[in-house]
Amino acid sequence: MAKDNQPKLSIQELAVEYRTKGQRTVALEGVNLDVKDGEFVSVVGPSGCGKSTLLKVAAGLLQPAAGAAYIDGEPIEDVPDRVGMVFQNDALLPWKTVLHNVRLPLAIKGLPDKEQVAEATRLLKMVGLEGFANFYPKQLSGGMRKRVALARTFAYDPDIYLMDEPFGPLDAQTRVKIGEQFLHIWESVGKSVLFITHDIEEAIALSDRVIVMTDRPGRIKAEFDIRLARPRPFYDIRFDPVFKELQKEIWAQMSSGAGGID
Amino acid sequence: MAANSKRASRASSFRDREYSPTSVWLGRIVVFVLLIGSWEVLSGRAFNAFWLSKPSLIATRIVDMLKDGDLWFHMSATLQEAIAGLAIGMVGGTLLGIGLAFSGIFERWIYPYMMALYSLPRVSLAPLFIVWFGIGLSSKILMVVAMVVFVAFYNAFEGMRNIDKDLMDMMSTYKAKWNHKLRWVVLPSITVWILTSIRLNIGMALIGSVIAELVGSNRGLGYYITYSSNMLDTTGIFTGLVLIMAIAVVLEQCVLLLERTLLRYR
Repeated sequence: MAKDNQPKLSIQELAVEYRTKGQRTVALEGVNLDVKDGEFVSVVGPSGCGKSTLLKVAAGLLQPAAGAAYIDGEPIEDVPDRVGMVFQNDALLPWKTVLHNVRLPLAIKGLPDKEQVAEATRLLKMVGLEGFANFYPKQLSGGMRKRVALARTFAYDPDIYLMDEPFGPLDAQTRVKIGEQFLHIWESVGKSVLFITHDIEEAIALSDRVIVMTDRPGRIKAEFDIRLARPRPFYDIRFDPVFKELQKEIWAQMSSGAGGID
Repeated sequence: MAANSKRASRASSFRDREYSPTSVWLGRIVVFVLLIGSWEVLSGRAFNAFWLSKPSLIATRIVDMLKDGDLWFHMSATLQEAIAGLAIGMVGGTLLGIGLAFSGIFERWIYPYMMALYSLPRVSLAPLFIVWFGIGLSSKILMVVAMVVFVAFYNAFEGMRNIDKDLMDMMSTYKAKWNHKLRWVVLPSITVWILTSIRLNIGMALIGSVIAELVGSNRGLGYYITYSSNMLDTTGIFTGLVLIMAIAVVLEQCVLLLERTLLRYR
């Protein structure tokens, strides 16, 4: 058993640079961040502040220029085990049916066919898509595709979920519905989450902790503990006075400095 | 966060306008009747039928050839060369494209030479192949391979470069091995490109086999065309051309059928 005080994900003095056409861009600089086991951490910040880059480093898809990231104390070199990423654009395989998309991580793990189908069917039911197993992603709405992507990540059953503005492309209504559903499922699963978003309300409603990042090069500017009781009503929590207060403070952090947003 | 450049959807709006199948087919039949009809009517009246032959003469010739077995004798030779060469060239070129796309800096070394070879008028290689392999089947197949392999290579290579990087990243995060990536992402991604290259290459394959037959052979539609031209038999030449066209149309339809099954998800 891992020690309770050892963070699930630990990022230390991280710096990331991009090189395109001889130009060097510093995406992240001096980032320190811990995600404890079972903790839900959101990162908010303006577009282009390197939030997604942070996630790619944690997923082992990108090598840092300096500093390091650790999962369970192990430095991340290649893609680490038991890390599940949810992409902004779903990253569903368009040539596979919904069922086969959800089966994918299980097929890679080499589970027997029967178990794959049973588990995928169970998860599709959980996200409310039981009638759509044989549909292709193109035949589904954005919200439904998002739920397929979530079901696929649940099928992988990672210890930490890395989510890159997963609800970003959805319309406001669908966003709330999916967010609510995800929060509900997460509260029963209780795994660590590093959640990237630019939506402050979404971040507060979901998280145990919200981290505010500055504009490029991205640095951590402020941290907020969200002391709202769980389980939370994803939408109605917004009318809680504590929520309002946090929202005001986080907004103040995001809009101050860095030349202002307007 | 860098803006995710969404891949432009390949379905361009103006090509996908819906027309009823009857109006499409009716129009096609009208165009056919107009073209063939005016050829039939004008030939022998507006110009000498000796130079341009006549659709009815060509049809009679095809029936005659069918009866005495010449049709299958020549067609089968051309078909065999074209299909064998197409298969070898497609598989070879596609594998080369996939392999080179995975090969890192090696690709940068090889690519300009591939393009240089591609720009060579390969038709001019036909005499060389005949010197090497004689007038039999192998020189023809080699010619077809030389015609089709570059398009296959280029399409597979471009297809590889257009693979959605998020899908590959997604596979990586699930700890997929290369064989999973190949089967679940790479091959399905480039299927569209491979099908396009097969369609382009049907014509190329027929050009290759017919050119090789023109240069030196004793059977095949290319041979039949040269033979007819030596006899000043324009009907024979046109018959050869019509048969080549027929082969191309049939093969193209086969690929369309394949496309419909493989690309159902679109």
